[in-house]
Amino acid sequence: MSKTVLSIRDFCVEIPTRHGIVRPVDGVSYDIHEGEILGVVGESGAGKSMAGNAVIDLLSPPAHVASGEIWLNGQRIDQLKGEAMRKLRGKEIGMVFQDPLTSLNPLLRIGDQLVETMQTHLNLSDSQARKRAVAALEEVGIPGAAERVNSYPHEFSGGMRQRVVIALALCAEPSLIIADEPTTALDVSVQAQIIALLKRLCRERGTAVMLITHDMGVIAEATDRVAVMYAGRLAELGPVEQVLTRPQHPYTHGLMASTPLASAGKDRLHQIPGAMPRLDAVPDGCAFHPRCPRATEVCRRPPPPKVENGLAACWHPLVEEEKVL
Amino acid sequence: MTAPVMSAKGLTRHYDVSGGLFSRSQVLRAVGGLDFELYAGKTLAVVGESGCGKSTLARLVTFIEEPTEGALTLDGKPVTRADWPDLRSSVQIVFQDPYGSLNPRQTIGTILMEPLVINRPKMSGKEREAQARKTLGLVGLRPEHFDRYPHMFSGGQRQRIAVARALMLEPKVLVLDEPVSALDLSIQSAILNLLVDLQDRLNLAYLFISHDLSVVHHVADDVIVMYLGRAVEKGSKEAVFAAPKHPYTKALLSATPRADPLAKADRIKLAGELPSPLEVGAGCPFAPRCWKTQDRCRVERPDLQGDAHLAACHFPIGPDGA
Repeated sequence: MSKTVLSIRDFCVEIPTRHGIVRPVDGVSYDIHEGEILGVVGESGAGKSMAGNAVIDLLSPPAHVASGEIWLNGQRIDQLKGEAMRKLRGKEIGMVFQDPLTSLNPLLRIGDQLVETMQTHLNLSDSQARKRAVAALEEVGIPGAAERVNSYPHEFSGGMRQRVVIALALCAEPSLIIADEPTTALDVSVQAQIIALLKRLCRERGTAVMLITHDMGVIAEATDRVAVMYAGRLAELGPVEQVLTRPQHPYTHGLMASTPLASAGKDRLHQIPGAMPRLDAVPDGCAFHPRCPRATEVCRRPPPPKVENGLAACWHPLVEEEKVL
Repeated sequence: MTAPVMSAKGLTRHYDVSGGLFSRSQVLRAVGGLDFELYAGKTLAVVGESGCGKSTLARLVTFIEEPTEGALTLDGKPVTRADWPDLRSSVQIVFQDPYGSLNPRQTIGTILMEPLVINRPKMSGKEREAQARKTLGLVGLRPEHFDRYPHMFSGGQRQRIAVARALMLEPKVLVLDEPVSALDLSIQSAILNLLVDLQDRLNLAYLFISHDLSVVHHVADDVIVMYLGRAVEKGSKEAVFAAPKHPYTKALLSATPRADPLAKADRIKLAGELPSPLEVGAGCPFAPRCWKTQDRCRVERPDLQGDAHLAACHFPIGPDGA
């Protein structure tokens, strides 16, 4: 078994509101290993981005970590604050967000942004840093990197900008990258290029990647393991083939069945009745039970079922012959 | 064969882009020479990446903008600008963003009745309300939703309201501009099912604009693939998806991630991105990114060729995939 890079243990994020405390992330645990891409998938409001932001202490108040632990390379990081966290961010953890334009400073040449990031975290001279900036741009596939290093962000297209952001995330050689919807703003043909790039870098450098997305296609394409989130909790966690083709949780199963697979005809798509509960009205017991076709009395009663690797958080998981989609 | 509800011949829309004080103005060819027919009860899907002219097409078809060249016919009659106000009730549109397209200060009832107030001034208030309530039921919403405001609804319900509003004037053609792109997967399937049901019940012609090939494969009867304002491939859904002729279509199909981890098929990776629509050269617009490009592609623009399944390519992909 390869080294565990990130380990999240029984993690809760709380937001106090006028109507009481809500929990956008509620008791989530998962590990990411060296060279592994973990997909975190869920619908809007499932808490997938909130969990990612919590890891790098980017929660906007009043949201805060209420309980649980985050371990990075054997060091506990959820209690780090201020300067200590700032050193970790960028050095040990790289970030790639959805919109590349807002991640880059429009007034600085991209070379200067790369140099600044590297010199903040690594002990490099100006000329060394500049050389590495060009190498970093070459590595993410930007043609003519030696000249492009002097360009401004607006001179790049959307796909090229996202490559620059990936170069920026990787330049201090972090052990973990958190990529939050990195391809959602891009066209299909460019999306395929960016996914291929992330996979290649992850494999070559052994970087662990947390890939947060709502797109099952991207999950199938890029990830090794998947965590499915629902109403702030993990519904299912396991290897991508297993979760997508033989899901155990009725929610994952419903989600996969409602995907218009390119092979299906003009039949009706599967529908999950109802909608995800609001955070201030998460039902007792299993959060999915009001929408679940398999729910029984036990599903209504707390405590909710817990998830383990390769298993679903469900009292009545789908058995082998029911799983096939 | 039944007559088309709407047909377009050589539909073209150019924009003059002024280049600022000292640079010359340029012409942006947003849509160029598009031919298509829409039939009652059928869905024509238009796919393409950003900047390919999909949304300009929607504006032309809904009479928001006038084509630079070419013409539209509705029910066999040519459309002139003077007819626009009368014809708009036959062609309605549903937009992508159900948050931006509903007035937050109006109740659902007011939103639904507004098209009638404008276009059916002789209708009594009672009749308007009755029809609004009927349509509300048609799209799967409950009667008590009539007096509520948009913020009380989820994204999927809002999109149902937007569909209901588009149906109030009993249109023949519904333009759906990325109707499910902003929605979550489980909501998306419910809206797609609703659209299929409504088409069966009301015999609507759909112009379905989308960038998502798996959604298009689910709803379409016929497909047009656009690249930089031009149709590069056109045909029945079965033909286009099973045996794409244009290299761009093939690349687009292979680049679309499928929610099936076992289908990690051979990818055609397109180099580069869409060029600026201002800088389209004389030859095939796709030539700079195409792996089959030869000298002829760079100088001579190919036209759509074929009988039922057309492609604009000098070297189309044969049935053997070569």
